[in-house]
Amino acid sequence: MKAIITVVGKDMIGIMAKVSNVAAEAQANILEVTQSVLDGYFAMIMLVDLSAMSWDVDELEKALRKNAEGMQIHVMHEDVFTSMHHV
Amino acid sequence: MLNVSDILETISMIEDENLDIRTITMGISLLDCADSDIDHSCEKIYNKILRLAGNLVATGERIEKKYGIPIVNKRVSVTPIAMLLGASGGDPVKYAVTLDKAAKAIGVNFIGGYSALVQKGFSAGDKELIASIPEALAKTDYVCSSINVGSTKAGINMDAVAMMGKVVRETAEMTKDRQCIGAAKLVVFCNAPEDNPFMAGAFHGPGEPDCIINVGVSGPGVVRSALAKMDDRDDLLKVADKIKKTAFKITRMGQLVGSEAAKMLGVPFGIIDLSLAPTPAIGDSVAHILEEIGLEQCGSCGTTAALAMLNDAVKKGGVMASGQVGGLSGAFIPVTEDQGMINAARAKSLSVEKLEAMTAVCSVGLDMIVIPGDTPADVISALIADEAAIGMVNSKTTAVRVIPAIGLKEGEELDFGGLLGRGPVMELSRLSPSKMIARGGRIPAPMQSLKN
Repeated sequence: MKAIITVVGKDMIGIMAKVSNVAAEAQANILEVTQSVLDGYFAMIMLVDLSAMSWDVDELEKALRKNAEGMQIHVMHEDVFTSMHHV
Repeated sequence: MLNVSDILETISMIEDENLDIRTITMGISLLDCADSDIDHSCEKIYNKILRLAGNLVATGERIEKKYGIPIVNKRVSVTPIAMLLGASGGDPVKYAVTLDKAAKAIGVNFIGGYSALVQKGFSAGDKELIASIPEALAKTDYVCSSINVGSTKAGINMDAVAMMGKVVRETAEMTKDRQCIGAAKLVVFCNAPEDNPFMAGAFHGPGEPDCIINVGVSGPGVVRSALAKMDDRDDLLKVADKIKKTAFKITRMGQLVGSEAAKMLGVPFGIIDLSLAPTPAIGDSVAHILEEIGLEQCGSCGTTAALAMLNDAVKKGGVMASGQVGGLSGAFIPVTEDQGMINAARAKSLSVEKLEAMTAVCSVGLDMIVIPGDTPADVISALIADEAAIGMVNSKTTAVRVIPAIGLKEGEELDFGGLLGRGPVMELSRLSPSKMIARGGRIPAPMQSLKN
């Protein structure tokens, strides 16, 4: 399955590295990344392939949150977004 | 790739605006559990519910984890028990106790179907079941009961209406040491839908398949927040359009979760109920949507018009999003479950009469209204008759779920806790309808019934 990781919060050094490190550890393959910094706020959206991942989705979310404290992080199944926003 | 703002919108809907799947309800037919021996019948019921719904709660939790979407309730609805009672005879409360035991064993928070369909008259088991409701609801924790007393096709069974006034009162009396909670689990319907996933009115109609998954989505907070972002000068066409688009997104999520749940459980996917169902949580209120549209407080003049527009726009958006829309599908207005309604009732901006008018344009009826504890049974019956008449004439579902606050006076409050909420005792006309109720008989079906 594919999932979307979103990271929103105050911009800080190393945030990208922290998130991708956890993704690598979980065997989540990063397919696409878009990110922007607006007015000091960092927003990143990452499309990952979880077919090789051995963890549960909520384990991945917990690990990401632990590693990047102070950021709002969500991991959600890609289908949620495609079903809601594509006709 | 998906649009960044779309993704962030979905996240904020779930995080900040209380978007959730309100309920996954498994409908189970108990027709094959009927037996001339009531104890055998109860045993078959218990085994069938455990066999089919044993994994319901665990499956719901797996879906929550997989998609990151909260699923608030997992529930079961069953064939109206009066049908089984007709075959078995005996003490109907045994069925209620069996359903309660099964609900506790599988971990669901409500089980609906302690019901009878008597719109045209009583058949075997119906009267006995109705008479047993107060005891059944006092002796159980999770069982919900509903009685259908009228329909557009059949008219209104006024004998049943007269009985239900007394039953509602007695049910409240028998649970008066528990905030009269029994009456909060009892609904009197006109045109009851057979596939409604929402409690307390859910039952599994005789026309339904053996086992099915129905889903209720919800999101008043999402709609309100979408409207809050609009310009105050945007006209109502734009407002209706915004509601429609938001309802579309909410329903699509329900469709995703419902089909996944059906697949995992290996049963057919029935319907999505699009209702906007409020909860007492801050920001999850239908009244606040009406206020966001532009009313000072819910209950003011204009409330019925705003609600009619909201109800219609929700349906239009939802119908586009799913091919399997059913149940009640509209806006709910349960007073004690909606913080905006509670505030309006406390401020006396909202009256029972205004609520009655509102029920003519939204999806249910007089719902979760606390009435004075000394209200006579005849007055409750007459209130049920009024509401059923609105449903009958307008070919829509209406219902009455009022809670007589035994021992409490106007202005005092009942507090049920959890999703059922809390609310003040509301004023009700004390003029007597006794002569009409005592007449009994049936209000004949209206001209609208002759559509063939």
